[in-house]
Amino acid sequence: MMITTMSSHVPELLPGAGTIALTPLPSALSTQLAATLAGVLLLSAVLLAWRLSARASIRLIALQGAALAALVATLGLEAGDPELIGTAVLVLVIKAVVLPWVLSRAARHSRTDRESTPRLGPALSVLAAAALIVLAYLVGQPLIAADSGFAADAIPVGLGLLLVGLLLMMTRRRAVSALVGFLMLDNGIAVVAFLLAGGLPVIVELGVLLDLLLVVLILQVLTARMPGKFGGTDLEDLSELHD
Amino acid sequence: MSTAIWIAFLFPAALAVVTVLAARARVAGLASVAASAVVLACGITLTAATARTDAVECAGGVLRADALSAFMLTAIGAIGLVSTWGALDLRPRNPRTAARLQSLLCAFLSAMSLAVLADNLGLLWVAVEATTITTAFLVGHYRTRHSLEAAWKYVVLGSTGVAIAFLGIVVLYGATVQAGTPTLSWTGLTQIAGHLDPGLMRLAAGLAVLGFATKAGLAPLHSWLPDAHGQAPAAVSGLMSGVLLAVAFYAILRIQVIADLALGPGLMRAMLVSAGLASLAVAALLLIRQQDYKRMLAYSSIEHVGLLALGAAAGGTLAITAVLLHILGHGLTKSSLFVLSGRLLRAEGTARIASVHGLLARRPKLARPFLIGLAALLGFPPFSLFFSELGIIIGGWQRGLGVVMGAALVLLLVAFAALSRLATRMSFGAPPGGSAAEPATSAPAPAAGPQLPVFLALGVTAVIGFLTVPVGLMLARAAETLAG
Repeated sequence: MMITTMSSHVPELLPGAGTIALTPLPSALSTQLAATLAGVLLLSAVLLAWRLSARASIRLIALQGAALAALVATLGLEAGDPELIGTAVLVLVIKAVVLPWVLSRAARHSRTDRESTPRLGPALSVLAAAALIVLAYLVGQPLIAADSGFAADAIPVGLGLLLVGLLLMMTRRRAVSALVGFLMLDNGIAVVAFLLAGGLPVIVELGVLLDLLLVVLILQVLTARMPGKFGGTDLEDLSELHD
Repeated sequence: MSTAIWIAFLFPAALAVVTVLAARARVAGLASVAASAVVLACGITLTAATARTDAVECAGGVLRADALSAFMLTAIGAIGLVSTWGALDLRPRNPRTAARLQSLLCAFLSAMSLAVLADNLGLLWVAVEATTITTAFLVGHYRTRHSLEAAWKYVVLGSTGVAIAFLGIVVLYGATVQAGTPTLSWTGLTQIAGHLDPGLMRLAAGLAVLGFATKAGLAPLHSWLPDAHGQAPAAVSGLMSGVLLAVAFYAILRIQVIADLALGPGLMRAMLVSAGLASLAVAALLLIRQQDYKRMLAYSSIEHVGLLALGAAAGGTLAITAVLLHILGHGLTKSSLFVLSGRLLRAEGTARIASVHGLLARRPKLARPFLIGLAALLGFPPFSLFFSELGIIIGGWQRGLGVVMGAALVLLLVAFAALSRLATRMSFGAPPGGSAAEPATSAPAPAAGPQLPVFLALGVTAVIGFLTVPVGLMLARAAETLAG
C-alpha cells in the first residue's frame, strides 16, 4: 500500500487533514470484506439473543465492536480516506476494549453469571431476533434505494442490530443485559451512519463516542449501587415508583 | 457580541470544574446561582443584539444565536436563577456532596446553553445527551431506593430515546449527502430542504421527533418523568421541568421547520397532535388520583408540554408566539412551585398529599406563595399562562385544528379540576393529628430560603402577559425565525 498525497473531498472540519490519502483496495475485495463483516454483525446479534450468560454476552459485544471497527476501516480503505481509518481505531478501542471492560465491572455486582428467568427463553429470543432482522430488511429498503454508495445493501444490518438491542433491553431482567442491549442499539446506529453517510463529521463522532462512554459509565455506577439497596441487579425490583 | 455566545456555555462549564476542585469552600453554594445569572445576562445581551440583526454567529457558523436561541437562553437563565437561588443553601450539612451537586448543576446549565446555541444539529444532539449525563446523578442525589430506580429509568429511557433521535439525524445527513450537499447546519438545511429525498426525510424527521419527544416528556414516552422529577432535589426538578423539557422541545421545533420545508406540514402536525393529546390525557387522568405533591407537579409538566406540542402542531404566528410565552411562563411558575415544594418536604418530612392538611393555617409563609403559584399554573389571569393557553387554543382553531383544540380544552378542564382539588386538600382542612394549630415555630425556620426569587418569578409571570413592547416584540422576533 503506497501513501500518496492528493487532495481530498472530506468535509473541511479539520482543514489540511485530507492531504494524505491511501491507495484504495481493489473494489471486489472490499465488497466481499464488507459483506463478511455485515454477516459477522448479524451473527453476533443472533448469538446475543441466544446466550444468557453475562460473560458470553460481554465477549460477543466486544466482537461486535471489533467487527464494526473493521467495517469502518474497510470503508476507509475503499474510499482512500485516512480520517475514517482513524475513526476505526477509535471505535475499536472504545467499543471493543473499554466499554466491555466497564461492563465486566458492572457484571461483578450480580450474584450469578446466567440470567435465570428472562421474559423470553433462548429459543424464543432467537426467533424474535430473526423476525426483527427480517423486519429491518423490509423497513430498510428505502434507505438502500436512496444510497448508491458502497455496501449500501448492508444498511438494514444496522437497523437489525438496533431492533435486537431494543429486544434485549425489554426482555432481560438484569442490569448488565440491559447495558449490552443498549450497546448493540448504538452499534446498529453506527453501522447505518457509516454506510449511509460515510460517517458524520469527525467532531460529531467524537462527541457521540464520548457521550456513549459516559452514559455506560453512569449506568455502571448505578448498577454498583443496586445490590446495596435492592439486594441484586434484577430490574424487576425497580418497580416501586408508580401511580 | 459573539463573546456572549462563548461565555454563555463556557462560564458555567468552568464553574463546574472549579466547584468540584474547591470542594471545601462554603461559597460553593453560590456557583449555580452565579452561572444562571451569567447565562441570563448573555441571553438578554443576545436578545438585544438579534433585535437589530438576523443572527450572531461564531466558530465558523457552528454556533449561532438567532432570536429564538436568544429567547431560549434568556429563559434558561431566568428559570435557572429562580431554581438555584430559591434552593440556595449556604450552610450545607455535607459540603462535599453539596459541592458536587453545584458542580453538576453548572455543567447542566452549560449543556443546555450549548444546545440552544448550536447551529450544527450534531452538536445539538451531543449537548442534549450531555444534559442526560449531567442530570443522571442529580436525579439519584439522595441515594435512596426510589431515587436509584428513578435515575436508572431516566438514564436508560432518555439515552435510548436520544439514540433514536441520533438515527434520525444520521438519516437526515445521509439525505444531504445523497443530494450532494452534505451538511448538518440548521441554516444550511433550511435552504436545501426542498431538494432532499422525501422518503429519507420522512424517516429522519419521524425518528428525530420520536427521540426528542422522549426527552421532552411527551406521551407515550413519558414514563420516566414523574419518577425523575419526583425524586430529584428541588432545584433539579425545577430546572428539569422548567427548562430541560423546553430545550428538548426546542429541538423538535428546529426539526419541524426543516421537515415542513421538505415534506409539507402533514407529518409533523400528525405526530405533534397525537403526542400532545396523549400527554394531556395521561396528565389529566393521572392527576385525579395523585397522592404525592411532587409527582403532581411532574404530571402537570407533562400536561403543559402536551399543550406546547399542540401549539407547535397548529403553527402560525399566534400559536407559536403563545408557545414561546408559555415556555417562559410555565418555566418560571413550575420552578417556583418546585422550590416551595422542596421547602415543604423539608418542613413536613413527607411528600404525601394526604399527610399535609391545613397548610394555610399552619405554615402560611409557605402556603400562600404555593397557592398563588398553583393559581398561576392553573391558568388564572393575570398570570401569563392564561394568555398563552388562550393563544394556543385560538391559534389552533384558526389553523384548522378546531376539533383537536376542543378535545384539548376538555382535558385541560379535567386537569384543572384535579389540580384544584389537590390544592384545596393541601391548603385547607384540619391539620393532621387533630391538634389545634401547631404554629410554625415548632419546626426550625420552616420556610427557610430566599423568598425573593419566588416572589420575582411569580411577579414576572403576572406581568409579562401585558408587556407588548419589550416582551411581545421579543417573542414575535423569535417566532419569526421558525416561520422558515
